[in-house]
Amino acid sequence: MSAAEGAVGAPTAAMRKAQTPFARIVSDFVANPVAVFGLALLVVIVLAAIFAPLISPQNPYDLAQIDVMDSKLPPGSKAATGGTFWLGTDDQGRDMLSAIFYGLRISLAVGTIATALALVIGLAAGLVAAYVGGRVESLIMRVVDIQLSFPAILIALILIAVLGQGTGKVIAALITVQWAYYARTVRSAALVEKRKEYMEAARCLALPPSHIVFRHLLPNCLPPMIVVATVQVAAAIALEATLSFLGLGLPITEPSLGLLIANGYQYLLSGKYWISFFPGIALLLTIVSINLVADQLRDVLNPRLQR
Amino acid sequence: MLVYVIRRSLQSVVVLLVMSVLVFVGVYAVGNPIDILINPQADQQDRERAIAALGLDKSLPEQYLSFLSGALHGDLGKSFVHATSALGLILERMPATLELAFAAMLIAVVFGIPLGLWAGLKPNGIAGRSIMAGSILGFSLPTFWVGLMLIMVFAVMLGWLPSNGRGDTVDVLGVPLSFLTVDGLRHLALPATNLALFNVALLIRLTRAGAHEALLQDYVKFARAKGLTNRRVIGVHVLRNILIPIVTVVGLQFGALIAFAIVTESVFAWPGMGKLLIDSLNLLDRPVIVAYLLVIVTFFIVINLVVDVLYSALDPRVRLTDAQG
Amino acid sequence: MSANGGPVLTVSGLRTHFFTRAGVVKAVDDVSFAVGRGEVLGLVGESGSGKSMTGYSLMGLIDAPGRIVAGSVVLDGVELTKLDAEAMRRVRGSRIAMIFQDPMMTLNPVLRIDVQMIEAIAAHEKIGEAAARARAREALVKVGIPSPDERLNAYPHQFSGGMRQRVAIAIALLNKPSVIIADEPTTALDVTIQGQILFEMQRLTRETGTALVWITHDLSVIAGLADRVSVMYAGRIVEEGTVVEVLATPRHPYTRGLLDSVPSNSVRGARLKQIPGMTPSLAHLPAGCAFRDRCARAAADCAAAPAMRALTPTGHAVRCFHPL
Repeated sequence: MSAAEGAVGAPTAAMRKAQTPFARIVSDFVANPVAVFGLALLVVIVLAAIFAPLISPQNPYDLAQIDVMDSKLPPGSKAATGGTFWLGTDDQGRDMLSAIFYGLRISLAVGTIATALALVIGLAAGLVAAYVGGRVESLIMRVVDIQLSFPAILIALILIAVLGQGTGKVIAALITVQWAYYARTVRSAALVEKRKEYMEAARCLALPPSHIVFRHLLPNCLPPMIVVATVQVAAAIALEATLSFLGLGLPITEPSLGLLIANGYQYLLSGKYWISFFPGIALLLTIVSINLVADQLRDVLNPRLQR
Repeated sequence: MLVYVIRRSLQSVVVLLVMSVLVFVGVYAVGNPIDILINPQADQQDRERAIAALGLDKSLPEQYLSFLSGALHGDLGKSFVHATSALGLILERMPATLELAFAAMLIAVVFGIPLGLWAGLKPNGIAGRSIMAGSILGFSLPTFWVGLMLIMVFAVMLGWLPSNGRGDTVDVLGVPLSFLTVDGLRHLALPATNLALFNVALLIRLTRAGAHEALLQDYVKFARAKGLTNRRVIGVHVLRNILIPIVTVVGLQFGALIAFAIVTESVFAWPGMGKLLIDSLNLLDRPVIVAYLLVIVTFFIVINLVVDVLYSALDPRVRLTDAQG
Repeated sequence: MSANGGPVLTVSGLRTHFFTRAGVVKAVDDVSFAVGRGEVLGLVGESGSGKSMTGYSLMGLIDAPGRIVAGSVVLDGVELTKLDAEAMRRVRGSRIAMIFQDPMMTLNPVLRIDVQMIEAIAAHEKIGEAAARARAREALVKVGIPSPDERLNAYPHQFSGGMRQRVAIAIALLNKPSVIIADEPTTALDVTIQGQILFEMQRLTRETGTALVWITHDLSVIAGLADRVSVMYAGRIVEEGTVVEVLATPRHPYTRGLLDSVPSNSVRGARLKQIPGMTPSLAHLPAGCAFRDRCARAAADCAAAPAMRALTPTGHAVRCFHPL
């Protein structure tokens, strides 16, 4: 039954004019204004994080620049040195706006590094499983399944309990939590690709396995991976923030947004909300913008939704 | 059907054993077990006695066996901080956590499924789009931050609801439950809503996806071709199909709720297992940590088993082919 | 049933268009035919010819972004295109019924057969549970399903493909409709089962006097079953007439091409004949005759759109300036 008549809805994608795949992806993405907004927001945030030292009114971790007399001032207060604390100060007298820029840096860095490493590990595991098959595949996928049936926070906490605390250990925990998603996604995609004829052709040509995997298998498995990776960056950032908030994440020397929020927790009940609130908003905007972009990417890259 | 249940139960026992080995290895072999299990403030004599008592001078497999037999007898060691049975502490706090988890699941189902259905049936309307946008927020927002916001708005600014602790409880069959009192409900409201948020978003998306896909199916076309009312097509044909996967998700998510409760309990100072875990992690009260991990892993495995069995009972295709096969 | 013996279903100038982002898709573009009581009309065409969409249009099952933009559908004297949603719902399933291609997917896999049959009756009349069940049972017997009582309590996946299709036919007949639209109901079945189903349908329609519109791409099915045939191409009817007329003496080049491309018609060892080119996309139809680009007989005047022209008094008509 042709797709044109199967659904009592619109006709097939074959009706559209031919476009290069990339152009189509871009035009589909841009068609959704919410996604474009998300992307713009994300770009702003990333730039702010990268250029934090340049755009922050003060370096909040340089002890010479902060004065404990300035502590817990509400947003908009004037500093003795003449500037304005646009978002108020925390209990040490640090300017919240600056602390947020620096915190964004750390949160984004940790999230991205953990995701990148997890991606590589998961990709390798998934490709090996799909390409080699047999017992190796069963074993790897069984581990993946068991791990995915437990919530991320639990796995992270178990690892922290066993390994102890510290930046490297937090990143290790984040990687452990994530790799399984990539392994599973890559393996499913690779299995589908493996059955396609071009793979058969490549094998018949006696191309070396590494060539087949990297030049043929991998590029076709990439679209779902891109979506998963994007979502996972947001999830990693959120998880790190949660761990830091619980006091089990990054040490105080690397104050991510989660730690900033934790700092302000105790002042919430006495009305000094800004110490937790603004870092929270920054966290929120980061995560939401990443998710908006990821959502649209998923729709755009999904061949089944082409209509 | 019975064969299936037995087979799954055996699988679960195997997974449980594997997990117990992992926990054992994590605690006893990684890092110094002496430091992990013996109170660091004990003096040399006590240490030696404890080492002998705990069997740390025996070989690793022997240690695992005594660990296992201890576990089966409900003895998972004594808390350093509270000097009582670690398992006992956990069990004491369990009703509070379970109450929170159940309340959160109830909220998630009551709000998530109808909203998701609405969004699935009218995806292009304003309601549909805003529900979906809202669900993205539900996923994106870290639980702890939402908790803080809830406290800020409802406890500090509006002063309607208390910001921490559990309310008055009533004993039912020896188990203290707080949702039976008004004070208890007031204290339960914010943490349960906080915990529910992620699941509301999840259920909205799942129900919407299910409804959206179901509407494209031939049996919906056929049902309409028979001249059935829209109410019947959606309420019976579509719903019956999408509820099966949703029920399984709801079941599986219950385990996740118990885990996420760790965060909510910390934010709201709710006296459950999760808060106990965080306190123990911060105080390095390792026997309690071990006990918690084992309890929760058991929970997960049991929940997975129950959900699997439930799924096969609900889907006639699975149920009947299994009986014949 | 038509009171005065005239056609039960009359379709005139039906046009169903889909308004998509990529443009307007003219799925059904000026389709007309009539079916009499107990008559079988075959609607033949390839994938993408618009034949299924015609069926859905008759049932009022076209959803956004499509709608019927012009034409009329008169069933038992009632103009269906003018009915509101609720009125159409009452007609659907009771006066006009439809059978789909894949019975595994058209029967709801999680509901029992009796539920799915009884609801079809209950949607159109007030009836007690026991009476409805009895009617359902009777319908199953009529389509030749053994042990009907057991079968009523079963689920769709417990039936074979042929049985499921019989159930779908039984459901279609439950409310004694005037017309049944069958959209490729045997395409998904084995050849032997196909034969059985075709025989059953023929028998049932003769017995009950129900008119049948049989949509298919398979000419051999039409040859054995239908009284009249309409050939569709690119959303339009290009030839119509009695089965004998159209299949033995086709006048439209497309019909000729279809008949020629059936393998059994060729001489052994000779190359299989094909119609050159591809069916045009319904969103970008060429102006004039839609078959122009593939037709060996096309001439300059084919740039204008031909209308249906009767060739014989028995109703054999073609849409062509240069018929065979």
